[in-house]
Amino acid sequence: MTTLNGTRERRISKRDRSLGSRRLFASLGAALTLACAILAAASLLAILGYVVVQGIGAINWSFLTQLPAPVGVTGGGVGNGLLGMAIIIGIATAMAVPVGLLTGIYLALFGRGAIPEALRFLSDVLSGVPSIAIGLFAYAILVAPLKHFSGISASFAFMMLMLPLLVRTSEQAIRSVPQTVREGALALGMSNFRATMQIVIPTAMPAIITALLLAIARVTGETAPLLFTAFGSQFWETNPNNPMAVLALQVFNYAISPYPNWQAQAWGGALLLIVAVFILSLGARLMLRRAMRGLEA
Amino acid sequence: MTAEPQFRRLVHFVSPADRGFATVVYAGSILFALLIIALFIMLVLGSWPSIVKFGPSFIWKSEWDPITSKFGALPMIYGTVATSFIAIALAAFVGIMAAVFLADFAPRWFATPLSFLIELLAAVPSVVYGLWGLFVLAPFVRTAIGPALQHVFGWLPIFAGPIYGVGLLTGGIILALMIVPTVTAISRDVIAAIPRDLREASASLGTTKWETATRVVLPAARVGIFGACVLALGRALGETIAVTMVIGNRPEISASLFAPSYTLASVIANEFTEATSSIYISALIELGLILFVVSMVVNALARLMIWSVRGSRA
Repeated sequence: MTTLNGTRERRISKRDRSLGSRRLFASLGAALTLACAILAAASLLAILGYVVVQGIGAINWSFLTQLPAPVGVTGGGVGNGLLGMAIIIGIATAMAVPVGLLTGIYLALFGRGAIPEALRFLSDVLSGVPSIAIGLFAYAILVAPLKHFSGISASFAFMMLMLPLLVRTSEQAIRSVPQTVREGALALGMSNFRATMQIVIPTAMPAIITALLLAIARVTGETAPLLFTAFGSQFWETNPNNPMAVLALQVFNYAISPYPNWQAQAWGGALLLIVAVFILSLGARLMLRRAMRGLEA
Repeated sequence: MTAEPQFRRLVHFVSPADRGFATVVYAGSILFALLIIALFIMLVLGSWPSIVKFGPSFIWKSEWDPITSKFGALPMIYGTVATSFIAIALAAFVGIMAAVFLADFAPRWFATPLSFLIELLAAVPSVVYGLWGLFVLAPFVRTAIGPALQHVFGWLPIFAGPIYGVGLLTGGIILALMIVPTVTAISRDVIAAIPRDLREASASLGTTKWETATRVVLPAARVGIFGACVLALGRALGETIAVTMVIGNRPEISASLFAPSYTLASVIANEFTEATSSIYISALIELGLILFVVSMVVNALARLMIWSVRGSRA
């Protein structure tokens, strides 16, 4: 590609002399971009449609509420995987929110200088680290020393995956609260602590919740770090100190199994994952709209 | 600690609660920084036995044999690079053109829901792509795409040999589908950030919309769009589950794109829980360390390029 310079302009006048041909080119070009946009959206929609068609038959009440059946026995479900997913994500959220929010507050209030810049850089680095490497970290810090797999180690990995999004979005959300709002609170005699906790953060809350929902959506379908943290379980496991079943992991294990019965369940599980992720993303989108309106008002 | 002057003054003036508040905020940030530093340190510590035993030749040795405890990362590095480049080669053009459409051609009532749809698709879990790849794409490559390519280009070594369905090409195609939304979403933001003045100046010279888009807007946005592609490449390099399900899992380097292969991420996913000896586990963690360092470099580059166009760090 070249910038707007002499050679480029000469070429324009040589190649496209008539206005008619230039207009034709413009229409063809527009059609090409439209075709690419439709190709991108349609190929992905085709995948989703296929998952829905294959998965819908597997989903029923017992699929949602029962334990996995042994090989050769029909029926069974992913109930323990759903439970495990909820527990692991719940603990991950409880750990990620304080750290992420405090770091976001720090970056928003003390945002200049070398140390905050370094923190932002670290946060961006973390957001690009492959989830499997984060899984290895959780293994090294919580599984290897204790010598057993556990739900809590999976929560730790999920927390690491959620943090960068929470940190950077809460920073922006707090920054976008007008300075006058904070100054108004201080002028009324509030301490900085109270002004932040009672005025600034509540104003920024819809945007922070948006970020939280997106972070949860990100880890809901995450499978790679679970392989050697949560590991999987055949039981109703509620103690996060033990290995736990997780829906995404069950989908993976069923998919690569040689049994048609399990493969059918993998499609059902995949459909559940997509529905969960989409609901979270839509919720985030609605929240964001509310956040925008709140800031305008 | 460099603070904004007004805030620091207030912290000192107002109340003990403020000092406590500042301390808690510092503590949270320090914990965050420590976690990331610990991530790097734990990966280095975990791979230390392997680093000591195999040295730098770990990177260019191509033998991967757990039974004799001989480990070399080259086949996985090759598989990772090859699948990622297939992916970006397939995804870049479509993704960028779709971004041009969304930013400059589509009417607003059409662009908004389409952008939202594409962003939603970026959130589809990896394991879902893997499932579809294993049961739909792999058979399709075996029976249709593969034979067709071999029929036309069979004389090229990259399209020679038996077609298994699973392999480098299938892995690359799955990755391409997964990164198209990334390329499109970021390129669209970058294109939208190009000042209106440029477009208006171009239009005032009598250019068509297409000429403005391809000769003014895209050249102005090229660094940022390149950054979007590099960021997508970074995603592709580290993508694990979907690739693991369709790559074929064989630690060999073959010229053919139809041959089963392995990537850094998928060998960890497949073998880590089965690894018995400590040197085996250590070698796998070293693969994770390589992946970590490479994706860090790629991401840093991508972000610098995107910022240089878009200005803000949003």
